[in-house]
Amino acid sequence: MLNISNLHATVADKPILKGVSLDVPAGEVHAIMGPNGSGKSTLAYVLAGRPGYEVSEGSATFEGRDLLAMAPHERAAAGLFLGFQYPVEIPGVSYLQFLRESLNSQRRSRGESDLSGGDFIKFAREQAGLLGMDAEMLKRPVNVGFSGGEKKRAEMVQMGIMNPKFAVLDETDSGLDIDALKAVGAGINRIMRAPDKGVLLITHYQRLLDYVQPDRVHVLRAGRIERSGGPELALSLEREGYAEAAAS
Amino acid sequence: MTAPFPTHRQEEWRYADLEALQPVWDQFAEPVTLTVGAGQELEEVWLATTDDVQLRRVRLALGEGASARLFALNTAPVYGRIELEVSLEKDADFELFAANIGTGVSTNEIVTNVRHVGEGGRSRQVVRSVLNGQAVGSYLGKVEVARGAQQTDGEQSVKAMLLDRGATANCKPELEIYADDVKCAHGASVGELDAVQLFYAESRGLDPASARALLLEGFVMSLWDSASDGGAIGEASREALRRVV
Repeated sequence: MLNISNLHATVADKPILKGVSLDVPAGEVHAIMGPNGSGKSTLAYVLAGRPGYEVSEGSATFEGRDLLAMAPHERAAAGLFLGFQYPVEIPGVSYLQFLRESLNSQRRSRGESDLSGGDFIKFAREQAGLLGMDAEMLKRPVNVGFSGGEKKRAEMVQMGIMNPKFAVLDETDSGLDIDALKAVGAGINRIMRAPDKGVLLITHYQRLLDYVQPDRVHVLRAGRIERSGGPELALSLEREGYAEAAAS
Repeated sequence: MTAPFPTHRQEEWRYADLEALQPVWDQFAEPVTLTVGAGQELEEVWLATTDDVQLRRVRLALGEGASARLFALNTAPVYGRIELEVSLEKDADFELFAANIGTGVSTNEIVTNVRHVGEGGRSRQVVRSVLNGQAVGSYLGKVEVARGAQQTDGEQSVKAMLLDRGATANCKPELEIYADDVKCAHGASVGELDAVQLFYAESRGLDPASARALLLEGFVMSLWDSASDGGAIGEASREALRRVV
């Protein structure tokens, strides 16, 4: 589904990714763990096409299509979703308007018709409810005045509304209390656990993986995948730390 | 008798399109006076017309404890000017939310002089400009705090978004304070759309042009949030923005 091969990327001329290779087949959840500065967020941004994150070598394909040749909005329409580590505030634009325009823009580029205002509001309320978010918050400007946890929950509501084929979730668990963590974990399973979908879960900690069982765990270090393994790898990392795990 | 025709040497007319103003000066020269009595409230929404040249000169007198809230859209095709002289007695409250939306070679400006005469007054001016082509958008705002006007709380927030290299924004908040226990905040910024906000919107599926339009709408529309009926000015500013983006 998502195939990354020998990916090199630079940010402000500084090499960050130095040959990442990774395959996530449909139906699987892969976790990427690694110390600060190892390139986890850079990988997420490169996959979503953030300007300033330059690919210098290698390839990334999504369902056989060259992901790197597509503009960010085309990647979204193709079914890729990035859950932001730091969701962005947009004053003056309500969540409802933001999401409705985004979703309809995706639908149009897939040759589907627009969702009407009434249908969209109903759908958005339902998705917010499933994640335990007060639907009234959707009337507020995008992320403005939201707490850290509310922003992350809202990212998952967005994911529910967009219903992507593949989600790259960049530290969606950071800043969450235990109840929010459970809700977000359940949301990821509900929205993304399907035979034709995939997830790349970027996280520092084991705790989200208690709720979202990964099929594979990869350790990213200094811009490369250093180790890969089953779910037990995350547990041993949690116990021993990245330095120990690398040595063993 | 009409007032003498202004010149660019007068600071408050420095950026004005006097050539466009000349033929219509007589109709506009005399300011309109609005008086809000003690404890009374006023809320007005000023929409733009389709006239090439639009001028609004208003003197607003706020009595003790009076409050006025103005919402103004300035988007004349050639030259638009909103000129306000406001005086605030004790505990009066004045708010102005205004937008300059300019395209082509237009000049749109908002010129204010807010005088805090009595103590405990509060004034808040929020101005947003969106300009493309060679349009000029200006805010010249003076806040005067008289000797006895202690505990004055004045705020000026001015932001402009330039969509083309040829567009010009002039932001000039000015303070003249003769009291020693006052709070007067002012901020001005001129910039382009935020790259991170754009990427966030695009990552959700909006093409670059739609993402820009949405962000600009947000930049302007938040001005009307506190209007009791912001429907008409909201729709009018959306339409003006469509001409600019």
